[in-house]
Amino acid sequence: MTTRIDTRFAELKKAGRSAFVTFVMAGDPDPATSLEIIKALPKAGADVIELGMPFTDPMADGPSIQAAGLRALKVGMTLKKTLELVRDFRKDDNATPIVLMGYYNPIYIYGVDKFLGDAKTAGIDGLIIVDLPPEEDDELCLPAMKAGLNFIRLATPTTDDKRLPAVLANTSGFVYYVAITGITGAAAADASAVSEAVTRIKRHTKLPVCVGFGIRTPENARAIASHANGAVVGTALVDALKNSLDADGRATGKTVNAVAELTAALAQGVKGAQQAAE
Amino acid sequence: MNIAKPNSYRSGPDERGHFGIFGGRFVAETLMPLILDLEKAYTEAKADPAFQAEMNGYLKNYVGRPSPLYFAERLTEHLGGAKIYLKREELNHTGSHKVNNVLGQIMLARRMGKKRIIAETGAGQHGVATATLCARFGLECVVYMGAVDVERQQPNVIRMEMLGATVVPVQSGTRTLKDAMNEALRDWVTNVHNTFYCIGTVAGPHPYPTLVRDFQSIIGNETKLQMQEVEGRLPDSLVACIGGGSNAMGLFHPFLDDSTVEIFGVEAAGHGLTQLHAASIAGGRPGVLHGNRTYLLMDADGQIQDAHSISAGLDYPGIGPEHSWLHEIGRVNYLSATDDEALAAFQLLSKLEGIIPALEPAHAIAKVMELAPKRAKDHLMVVNLSGRGDKDVPQVGDILRGKSK
Repeated sequence: MTTRIDTRFAELKKAGRSAFVTFVMAGDPDPATSLEIIKALPKAGADVIELGMPFTDPMADGPSIQAAGLRALKVGMTLKKTLELVRDFRKDDNATPIVLMGYYNPIYIYGVDKFLGDAKTAGIDGLIIVDLPPEEDDELCLPAMKAGLNFIRLATPTTDDKRLPAVLANTSGFVYYVAITGITGAAAADASAVSEAVTRIKRHTKLPVCVGFGIRTPENARAIASHANGAVVGTALVDALKNSLDADGRATGKTVNAVAELTAALAQGVKGAQQAAE
Repeated sequence: MNIAKPNSYRSGPDERGHFGIFGGRFVAETLMPLILDLEKAYTEAKADPAFQAEMNGYLKNYVGRPSPLYFAERLTEHLGGAKIYLKREELNHTGSHKVNNVLGQIMLARRMGKKRIIAETGAGQHGVATATLCARFGLECVVYMGAVDVERQQPNVIRMEMLGATVVPVQSGTRTLKDAMNEALRDWVTNVHNTFYCIGTVAGPHPYPTLVRDFQSIIGNETKLQMQEVEGRLPDSLVACIGGGSNAMGLFHPFLDDSTVEIFGVEAAGHGLTQLHAASIAGGRPGVLHGNRTYLLMDADGQIQDAHSISAGLDYPGIGPEHSWLHEIGRVNYLSATDDEALAAFQLLSKLEGIIPALEPAHAIAKVMELAPKRAKDHLMVVNLSGRGDKDVPQVGDILRGKSK
């Protein structure tokens, strides 16, 4: 079956350009502002939205995204409210793919089957769950595929050729290549190493390969996007949001624009890149 | 819960690291290849007599094993019931049972060619043991410790630094053991090429719960032999405190198939089970954190809740997955002791036996004070005295002086 993710990447391929994938945390800094932000993202040039599911113990995230999750939890964000946020977004936008990204425990506690049903109904297209490697595919990956959601796997610099087939086996939508060994918001990705890695992954799959971790500026985004089917930016957007808040961490009149403006600038970077050779 | 009893309680985990529904490998892809390497290295090491021989040498001459099994005569008289034996893990080099596991893991790290060791620590006992063995083998050592714990366990922070380790105070989250573990995992993901993560308890992704249990099982194996020597039979009951549960698993595991042996694990009930506490089995339910499925303290949305215990070593919202399984299957009884009960036990053991226990095993002693008087005088009860109280002297001193004012 075809999801909005498949459709979007097919369109981009036709247009000959790479995808700009944006990450923001659901409910950061409050649910209403968060909805305005995700509505603004496609208008500013985002092709795919990754929406973080807040979690108390985000083991693969750096300080910026940790803090974003805690801001959202502090104003009462829950997985149920994250699904509501997507449902509200879908009232005006039925094309932009939405991928939920986070950790397994809130989904496990919500109940896997109920979650998959509710996520599909809300208009979610895919899942990236950091702490579910292929060894745990029975938990959520296989049920998600059955429910018609893409399960997008992370491949990393430590995923060697021997392991890649296992990592790619049940992956759909796209492959998310984590450009560095590390946490979100850490070191910058090196474009030539990324190029090599994307080529290596593409020997094993026909799926689009998007690259994330360490991309902060339009120049980074352009460099990475010219070697991949998409560039993912998260921490830089979350930082722009944070810098727009008042002293008590509440949204100001500048918050939505701060994220939208950086998104637009980064989107220009991505769109300036040549689509990577297939 | 309706679970069929297994033929043996000691055969787990399965090849995917599951104890019933518990355990598993819930980690980021970056770590997965390393975890598979570790499993392979451990399997090979276990089968290598030279590895065991080298470890036995260090256990005897560096750690000081076997640790004594001591008849606590005055405590026994005072409580007026079961005959109480203390397994004196607090006499090990570095002052707790933690060194048994650290020695094993450091030897594995050496086999794997890793030169940089990281660890999380709560009370600091695991951090001290890790810093000690890193000093001994000339390895770089970084210890993550919650900022709250750095404050309340100063003596251990100073020890780690004297041993050449870098202690990183963790400011995120609740600034205790769970956050130290998050931060250690973040370091590991970043430095996966050269770093070995020395986990301090029977938790984390497979194979950690198994290998830590195996390294700690020397406690139970020695106890079995020693009890045979002095009493000519098996003990009737075992009692140990549980944070993650490594000292308890080490004592319990060799006895799991001895059906006459009653087994009690003691969680930290903090201010009481209806208030802030750290008793994952009494107050939690199954969830997924830090690489494994196990009992966790969490809210209705699956967000991890703050734990509280007077004892930094028990202040963790989870428990090792094998304990979760032993609870569900009914082989081990999990009890809990409050901060106040542990403090009373701390003082009682100090005054009656001249042994100042760490606050962690003081929780076990607290339940011995309840259990022993209800048992016959020929009942043999073993309690794991997993650590000594030197590190807690300043904190307990402050509390007692505050109370007496």
